[in-house]
Amino acid sequence: MRELTLEDLDDMVLGATLLGAGGGGDPYIARLMVRQAMEDFGSVMIASPDELDPDGLVLTTAVIGAPTVISEKVPAGPEFVGCVNSLAAYLGKKPVAIMPIEVGGMNTLIPIAVAAEMGLPVIDADSMRRAFPQIEMTVFTLAGIPASPMSVADEKGNVVVFQTTTNQVAEKLARASVMQLGMANGISCYPMTVKQVREFGIQGSMSYCVDLGRKLSAVQRGEAGAYDAFLEFSGGQKYFSGKVIDIDRRTTEGFAKGTLVVEHLTDPTRTMRIEIQNELLMAFEDGKPVVTTPDLICILDHENAQPITTETLAFGQRVDVIGLPCAPEWHQEGMLELVGPKAFGYDVPYTPMEGARK
Amino acid sequence: MSRLRIGIDVGGTNTDAVVVDQDGNVLASTKAATTLDPSDGIAAALKAVIEGIDKSHIKQAMLGTTHPANAIIQRKDLQQVGVLRLAAPSSLAIRPGAAWPKDLHATVIGPSAIIKGGYEYDGSEISPLDEQAVRDFAQKCKGVVNAIAVSCAFAPANYEQELRAAAIIAEELGEDFAVSLSHQVGAIGLLERENATILNASLFGVAKRVVDGFQSALLSHGLKVDSYLTQNDGTLMTAEEAIRLPILTVGSGPTNSMRGACALAKLSDALVIDVGGTSADVGILIDGFPRESSAAVEVGGVRTNFRMPDLISIGLGGGTLVREEDGGVRVGPDSVGYRVVTEALITGGSTLTLSDISTKGGRLDGFGDASKVSGVKDATVTAALAWVDEQVQILCDRMKASRTSLPLIAVGGGSHLVPDSIPGVAGVIRPAHHSVANAFGAAIAEASGAVDRVYRYEAEGRDACLDDAKRLATEAAIRAGADVDHVRITSVVEVPMSYLPGQGCRVQVKAAGPLAIH
Repeated sequence: MRELTLEDLDDMVLGATLLGAGGGGDPYIARLMVRQAMEDFGSVMIASPDELDPDGLVLTTAVIGAPTVISEKVPAGPEFVGCVNSLAAYLGKKPVAIMPIEVGGMNTLIPIAVAAEMGLPVIDADSMRRAFPQIEMTVFTLAGIPASPMSVADEKGNVVVFQTTTNQVAEKLARASVMQLGMANGISCYPMTVKQVREFGIQGSMSYCVDLGRKLSAVQRGEAGAYDAFLEFSGGQKYFSGKVIDIDRRTTEGFAKGTLVVEHLTDPTRTMRIEIQNELLMAFEDGKPVVTTPDLICILDHENAQPITTETLAFGQRVDVIGLPCAPEWHQEGMLELVGPKAFGYDVPYTPMEGARK
Repeated sequence: MSRLRIGIDVGGTNTDAVVVDQDGNVLASTKAATTLDPSDGIAAALKAVIEGIDKSHIKQAMLGTTHPANAIIQRKDLQQVGVLRLAAPSSLAIRPGAAWPKDLHATVIGPSAIIKGGYEYDGSEISPLDEQAVRDFAQKCKGVVNAIAVSCAFAPANYEQELRAAAIIAEELGEDFAVSLSHQVGAIGLLERENATILNASLFGVAKRVVDGFQSALLSHGLKVDSYLTQNDGTLMTAEEAIRLPILTVGSGPTNSMRGACALAKLSDALVIDVGGTSADVGILIDGFPRESSAAVEVGGVRTNFRMPDLISIGLGGGTLVREEDGGVRVGPDSVGYRVVTEALITGGSTLTLSDISTKGGRLDGFGDASKVSGVKDATVTAALAWVDEQVQILCDRMKASRTSLPLIAVGGGSHLVPDSIPGVAGVIRPAHHSVANAFGAAIAEASGAVDRVYRYEAEGRDACLDDAKRLATEAAIRAGADVDHVRITSVVEVPMSYLPGQGCRVQVKAAGPLAIH
């Protein structure tokens, strides 16, 4: 086990913003929450599955709701601890560790605050290693692990526990509950054993997030060779440096959809188009797909390498478009149907980043 | 009879003043040094600018000032504040003052509490307000602090509880006890709005002194006029309001400069570059108002959610150093700043600056002795000016809101550096009186009102929701003094709420209009 230090936390926030792939909610509030939880309850250990009882119960937690609402109805604590405890009570078993569902955006950090309060370690794994908008978009769904029983709680003590037949139904019921419970709630789902996490989860996600943030932080400080080291560590590639020349946003069915157009900095005949559904999902150069979901598209400020979220994209920004390959655990049967381009309504084949690498 | 306005701007170096008629003509202008007690500089500028003006025609006076911003940056004259948040059980995971710089926290934040209260996104209550807790908190603050900042979850959508809390505090501590309410201060984002509300309350003392100084300076010249202060967004609030909402003035300097530049050039859509001795700031005006930054604005190291102009700054000014090295030229980022008047070659000094380059390159004349730069190599001049031109072009390019080409208005003491022709820019305009653009911007400011709240389009339809927001903003502008017949909507921003069905949308609307004539 390794202790999560405050210095790790800064790197983790940066890594989490990057893995949000433009979405996932601003980790700023979650970071303040973790700081207070560490002040009040002490530090948190990150544990590898190999260090825990294989039959022990692992419970996840995350915030579910609208980022705008969360910025106003700031987390309380009981909505997360409450949903974890309620699910544990339903299962008649106490958890040995807390796990993030989504290492990407603010949900990377929420489990740490909850683990601090509950005095449990955070297991070094997750089910996405990036942000995705829906509960069923996990490697656990691919492994046939049900999202339910699951719980959704608010800060007042209202809790619902669901048992559902599919992870898609779980997603629908969770959203419907959130609408009724104030749009800023805690969720716990995919209860499983440490052994299952070891077998089916994405391994080392939290450490990866911290390390990725540390590499990017070196880029931001302008250290020699840092950009190459960052790309080499992540297997990423810089696809484009350009200027935002168009950003078109629209909302449909709960998704903030949009299209972004970037013109190359030195060659104005080259443009890149990026399709957004909460996250940056598809990047095309001259009509040809170059990075496609579930690989990650990340936009960095060209000047200072700060990741830019979709909400703050604006005309005239000079940006670098980076592709990062998704976690290797994604590459299995059923991936494309669940999180590939077609799952988001794009009639475009998945273009693996490996194929594009030099 | 012509109606005249006085505009005064207190900047870091200079205090400028202008007298403007109702058609926007500058009748008089002056520059005085900003003084240790800025009220002295205001009085001096006022005295100079009204010399020879028929005072009976002066009806209004507008002040833009850096006092509050400097008080925060220097941690000077700030009051300690009680902090009351109405939101429990929500928000308990983050206490007030989280992530404040330690020294500012120690100076400003007194007793604090998160009590039951607050609203959901749809305006219903998270909890009913715990009135007894408000009373207990007020008693805890009695004799300890002189002001309380009250912030309620979703106050931009519903501020009943904030008003009720203020009434209870008045019952406990008296009508004169100072209270700052978050819905008057900031927009959506509880923690940022709370931060701004706390800073606002801490500035009450500073604000009172500024306004008293301003009004007594006016009175000492027999000017019984309406007095106003300019806000961050370039619009006005009455001096009485400014005593209660000083935080809304902290970013008014750049806004006044940009709006003043645009009005002097008689344009409403343009890029503006303000080049000083050390740096150049570029901003953009759309429909007469600066485009606002989407990034969180930090004031004195504290994150807030103000409406601030979107500016890009770089180290490019009249005093910027130019060095010849390895057959090339390195420009800046360091500068001799205001000492350019003694340290540049043309002013008899020994430092090669961009002002010297500009003189030799034919962009600047009438400043210093041009013969002093005869020894500067032509290649150096060419290379340095090429660097300047490239930087200005990049700045304009980054700032533009679309591919459309806009004119660039160049103001400030170093604006001679700006080339006459820039790719992608529809001409460079150098308006008369540009050196007092800030004070002019204050003099021509309008009254405004704003709304920022979450609507659900599926319930009433997008058009009805937008109409409601526009009506509320218009009413707020009229309450602030705007002329009913000339008030107009100046901006509408819709930010769809992601991750949930139901077409929730955050809507921000602003309205503004010229001051009504009473």
